[in-house]
Amino acid sequence: MRIAIPVDENNIKTSVCVSFGRAPYFLIYDTNTDKSVFLENKAATSPGGAGIKAAQAVVDSNARVLLTPRCGENAANVILEGGVKIFKTAFPSAKENIEAFIAGKLSLLDEIHSGYHKNGSN
Amino acid sequence: MRIAVLSGKGGTGKTLVSVNLAASAKKAAYIDCDVEEPNGHLFFKPQGVKERAVTVKIPQVENSLCDGCRKCVDFCNFNALAHIKDKLIIFEEICHSCGGCVLVCPRKALSEKEKAIGKVQIGTSENVTIFTGILNTGEASGVPIIKQLLFEDKPKSDIEIIDCPPGSACIVMESIKDADFCVLVAEPTLFGMHNLNMVYELVKLFNKPFAVVLNKCIEGRNPSEQFCLDNNIKILCKIPFDNELGTINSNAKIAVRENEKYNALFSSLLTKITKEAKK
Repeated sequence: MRIAIPVDENNIKTSVCVSFGRAPYFLIYDTNTDKSVFLENKAATSPGGAGIKAAQAVVDSNARVLLTPRCGENAANVILEGGVKIFKTAFPSAKENIEAFIAGKLSLLDEIHSGYHKNGSN
Repeated sequence: MRIAVLSGKGGTGKTLVSVNLAASAKKAAYIDCDVEEPNGHLFFKPQGVKERAVTVKIPQVENSLCDGCRKCVDFCNFNALAHIKDKLIIFEEICHSCGGCVLVCPRKALSEKEKAIGKVQIGTSENVTIFTGILNTGEASGVPIIKQLLFEDKPKSDIEIIDCPPGSACIVMESIKDADFCVLVAEPTLFGMHNLNMVYELVKLFNKPFAVVLNKCIEGRNPSEQFCLDNNIKILCKIPFDNELGTINSNAKIAVRENEKYNALFSSLLTKITKEAKK
């Protein structure tokens, strides 16, 4: 199973990024092979709708699970439509969160914020 | 003649100046382009108001025709489309109505439908016809409402006063692009001067004739006035920071209709503007 996490750097010691849509990279970790791939997030510099584009990339990566500290409404709609489950991160580093998720210690993200894109976007 | 009244920030007195300029004319149209918070109507209390919805075109998909090529998804600069599990998802509130996705779809799976984003109200108050643009909460852009106000409803009056939104973004550009003259309203503070500079840059970019009205003037240093002197910008008038004017205005009364002193002030300002615009 593949796990996606928004991260700050493209190495395994990276911290989790505080933003989903505008994270510089996504770490895609495969639990079957224990391998990590880093996807550059092309949505990071979008003028708008970054969460939607980032969510499309996460769904396209065939991840079944997303670990993230937060997620906006539009992104969550895309991710959930893609059948990806969203769990809330509980630790600063990506690695700790992967281990915690595998150990069944992370819970589903129950709070979806309405997004930051409605303020002065024109 | 179209006169646009603008400022780099809110609260400098755009509406005060616009409303009173319109009211001091023999006959005028007052056009409230501050569509996110139009408030000129609070002063005019227009009668016989007629309103009309303003719509934009947004895409709709016929999923049976979509083959998932994602040309539309890749085209959209605002990421208003996603393609998930053989289904196209459209985020209507993100869409900026450019129509590009419909054009690039090779299967004609996308078509356009109308979506209401706000309305325009038209009414009268004595010598003034009031045009008010109102954008629905949460909509991406008020530009279509301004287009409707200025280019479709086409208020026909010798004097047309455009009360612009604050700032210098797209919505302000749309409001001033057809103006014959721009009036920049500025406050006597450093912050006010910074914001005056923003709209000064904008009107220069648009190559518009312009001049400044200094509002809330008090004794002592006025950074906005200094800015005008340093840049050779014409100052049309200085409106005093005056308790009486403030009281009239905060009671949603129109100063030129209440008080001869202000009638003289704004009538003379309008005369100066029309003279400057004809230069």
